[in-house]
Amino acid sequence: MSEALVVERLHKSFGKHEVLKGIDLEVGEHQVVALIGASGSGKSTLLRCINLLEPINAGRVFLAGEDITRPRNVNAVRRRIGIVFQSFNLFPHMSVLRNVTLAPREVLGLSRREADERALTLLERFGLADKRDAYPDRLSGGQQQRVAIVRALAMRPELMLFDEVTSALDPELVAEVLEVIRELAAGGMTMILATHEMSFARDIADRVCFLDDGTILEQGTPADIFTSPREARTQQFLQRIVEARRL
Amino acid sequence: MRSGGDGRRSVAIALLSTVVFVVIVAVAITHAPGWPEVRSEFFDWGQFKASFPEVARAFKLNVKIFCIAEVFILAFALLLAVLRSLPGPVFFPLRALAIIYADFFRGVPTILVIAMLGFGAPALGLSYLPRSVIFWGIVSLVLIYSAYVSEVYRAGIESIHPSQEAAARSLGLSRAQTLRRVILPQAVRRVIPPLLNDFIGLQKDTALVSTVGAIEAFNQSQIDTAATFNFTAYLSAAVLFIAITIPLARFTDWLVARDRRKRQAGALT
Repeated sequence: MSEALVVERLHKSFGKHEVLKGIDLEVGEHQVVALIGASGSGKSTLLRCINLLEPINAGRVFLAGEDITRPRNVNAVRRRIGIVFQSFNLFPHMSVLRNVTLAPREVLGLSRREADERALTLLERFGLADKRDAYPDRLSGGQQQRVAIVRALAMRPELMLFDEVTSALDPELVAEVLEVIRELAAGGMTMILATHEMSFARDIADRVCFLDDGTILEQGTPADIFTSPREARTQQFLQRIVEARRL
Repeated sequence: MRSGGDGRRSVAIALLSTVVFVVIVAVAITHAPGWPEVRSEFFDWGQFKASFPEVARAFKLNVKIFCIAEVFILAFALLLAVLRSLPGPVFFPLRALAIIYADFFRGVPTILVIAMLGFGAPALGLSYLPRSVIFWGIVSLVLIYSAYVSEVYRAGIESIHPSQEAAARSLGLSRAQTLRRVILPQAVRRVIPPLLNDFIGLQKDTALVSTVGAIEAFNQSQIDTAATFNFTAYLSAAVLFIAITIPLARFTDWLVARDRRKRQAGALT
């Protein structure tokens, strides 16, 4: 199996504070990898480094075999990787349709008609076609997050990153967003998701990585990690999750 | 809960207190010992009618000055604000220049800049420079107001959350595309009221161009005043300025309200 993404000994510091202390991670094509771990363990930072939103201090990142650590054109790399954020980050001054078509038109140079077609197909697929002319302020959190996913998908990325995409949602809106991610996984999208939704991670992931203090302390199949974790820290973390009734 | 009766009641109270206030002020002014004299010197209807057409004609120059100046101010100030928001050490000289510029031209009195450029620039005797005082008046106003307006733009740009830039950049948009499509449209919308505030200030400051000899509304009313020994011509100029600024203020309110309505339109389900 060819690797969609390889991360080698990645280090990232903010000032004196080292957030990532040598991350090694491989993600195969069509694989779904879940990153779990406490807040501050470095999950979000890792995703932002992969997408080159944060410059890294050391290590290398390969996308489909190509070294993207210090690319000549960051924009050309970013368009191949979609990311969805915890706080949606839709553009509030644009309608749903314009949010989705902005990057295909500006970056890929699609005509308005081509971009609209591509966007409407996706909006249709995720039950958002009737919201095409609505502005983000008037959508529910779940709808906004689905639009954000569609916006990323409109670039036809090779890899999708999900940064705790349900953490800002009311509990009753979580399911509709997870459903979208589930459908993408079924369609063979390569994905890395940082998440606190343990049961969802167990359900959907091919591999689960437990991050602790800037390193991947333990990784394996969901069955390995959730039922027989080797490391004491992993056991502790999962114990706390169970106590909080989140698993 | 606020019922219809409460609404009518508060309108009635507002109306009554306004009437009482206006009557008190009017009585106080008209019973002042110097009132008859002030009335004939500043509020002479005959003089008003006589001076108004000429002052209005001169006011066209004010309109011309602030219309031309505003176009350049909006563009130049935006450039300054964008320069100042450039990140990284490479752009330090540009950032520094923009900061020095804003500090300098906000610090110098407008009337001084107009006097120096209005009298000084034509005196250089350079044949390729325009000699018109109106031209140099406009240049002065553009220089001064761009400094203020760039600060307004900058406040708008800085008020946009960094997550908006992250979202745009993550989609592959370049820094320039992000600025043009995502940051600036939101930033400018937010600062429309303060931009208008500066525009109104500019309209009033066009009167300062009179100091270098341009015959605009204020200068024309001064000429009338000197000829008739009556100050009512100033009132003509004041009425003209207000006739422009107040509708503009209401228009901006309307624009802002329309934008808000638009953003909140669409079904909520």
